[in-house]
Amino acid sequence: MAVAEKIAPGASSTVYHVKKGEQGTVLDIDDFNLWYGTSQALFDVSMTIERGLVTALIGPSGCGKSTLLRSLNRMNDLIDGLSIKGSVLLEGADIYDKRADVIALRKRMGMVFQKPNPFPMSIFENVVYPLRVDGVRDRRRLEETAEQALRGAAFWDEAKDRLQENALGLSGGQQQRLCIARAIAGDPEVLLMDEPCSALDPIATAKIEELIDELRGHYSIAIVTHNMQQAARVSQNTAFMYLGRLIEYGETRAMFTVPKVRQTHDYVTGRFG
Amino acid sequence: MDSTRHTVRSYDDKLNQLNNFISEMGGLAEAQLAAALDAVGKRNSELAAKVIVQDEAIDKIEAKVDEAAVELLALRQPMADDLRQVLASLKIAQILERVGDYAANVAKRATVLNQLPQVEPARSVPRMGRLVEQMIHEVLDAYAKRDADAALRVWHRDEGVDSLYDSVFRELLTYMMEDPRNITACTHLLFVAKNIERIGDYTTNVAEIIYFLVKGVPLTEARPKADTTSFTVFNPPAS
Ligand SMILES: Nc1ncnc2c1ncn2[C@@H]1O[C@H](COP(=O)(O)OP(=O)(O)O)[C@@H](O)[C@H]1O
Ligand SMILES: [Mg+2]
Repeated sequence: MAVAEKIAPGASSTVYHVKKGEQGTVLDIDDFNLWYGTSQALFDVSMTIERGLVTALIGPSGCGKSTLLRSLNRMNDLIDGLSIKGSVLLEGADIYDKRADVIALRKRMGMVFQKPNPFPMSIFENVVYPLRVDGVRDRRRLEETAEQALRGAAFWDEAKDRLQENALGLSGGQQQRLCIARAIAGDPEVLLMDEPCSALDPIATAKIEELIDELRGHYSIAIVTHNMQQAARVSQNTAFMYLGRLIEYGETRAMFTVPKVRQTHDYVTGRFG
Repeated sequence: MDSTRHTVRSYDDKLNQLNNFISEMGGLAEAQLAAALDAVGKRNSELAAKVIVQDEAIDKIEAKVDEAAVELLALRQPMADDLRQVLASLKIAQILERVGDYAANVAKRATVLNQLPQVEPARSVPRMGRLVEQMIHEVLDAYAKRDADAALRVWHRDEGVDSLYDSVFRELLTYMMEDPRNITACTHLLFVAKNIERIGDYTTNVAEIIYFLVKGVPLTEARPKADTTSFTVFNPPAS
């Protein structure tokens, strides 16, 4: 991955009315730009992720939501021809700093994807996977963490009697809660969720939303969602992106009731395109 | 902020339909009040009978508004000003239905009044009514134009209605004290005046709804209040 040289600074015109978290800021994205080869996907994005709150990223397909989310744990590093400019500070330290430890970074940022992606192994081994990677072998510690994470993911009651069963036999909604359990087993600070409910039925979706509500406070959550009502229900702040730019970032209630920017209004009321 | 169309066209159609229902209801309510006031002022019982019959037309549109609003909420989950639009329609329709009821009640009292000898205040009560009729007209105009400032102006005018009601109330009391034979007619006129005053209050509610619809924030100023009749003490002249 190369860091792009100078580009013409585009005047950022984001409108902000962010709800500040009582626990301060966990991530500080500053004037962030990203290119896939020569094609720029993010333009001058500046925003904070408030600790303990849920931040929703919304916007039409292809506007750069997933790109921005993947920039936060450097998942994009794996892509050829990628370059960035700007910074992302996690507790004040730039995650794109040359000396930054990417493996350590990803442990602090759990990620949940659109399609549940359990590993083809037992439920138990799925959950303790982050500890296995760290070389933890103490049985008691593994069991304790598994129970704690499964409880945290509101999946313990359904899973406790079948911990040794293969995770691939679970329903989609159960698999997604298992993936959330796996993501929190590593005790991250931030949970990144990219459309975590889009492959789930309404009941499973409601369970994940309830779970997000329970996890907030302890974790800071950034969630990409196509479902506007979901964004309105689960988040405290909402960022609206359009064509790679952050158009408006503010308190969720206001974003969906009295948005300040015309484009936001047109998008949330279903008048787009 | 509603110049652009929704991606789903039938969504726009339904919202427009809701708007049209409100205009239609508003026009009817305004006409009903005007006719009821004429029935009192011109002692026209035929007109009064018409008003009583036509009240049902308003009720029917209200039912259609309810149906359209529920459908919009269920199928479209409206957001931002769209949501306020649906809620405003529901509330305004309910208010206009009440206005219609009050107009019908005025008409009923007109049929009774017209069988009694005419009393002088039968002229000042309709005058107060014209002011309220004008307010309804303006508030409906403000709704059609989504004009929060115009709504606010109507809202302030209610103070005038309240003070007029106050003086009509005193005038009626005076006539009743003067000659007990006036009591029946004056009591009916008192209720007519009260109905008109209530319609004025409802009109300010509509103004508040319009303000919220347009601005997205409630009109927080306290409602103006000049009506002190609730505290008026009746002191019969010492004999
Ligand atoms: N790996 C990639 N290589 C090249 N272009 C990409 C890649 N991933 C995404 N893009 C492009 O970047 C833009 C933003 O995509 P994405 O972040 O996936 O948007 P969203 O998540 O909002 O739908 C799109 O134009 C998309 O085609
Ligand atoms: Mg995406």
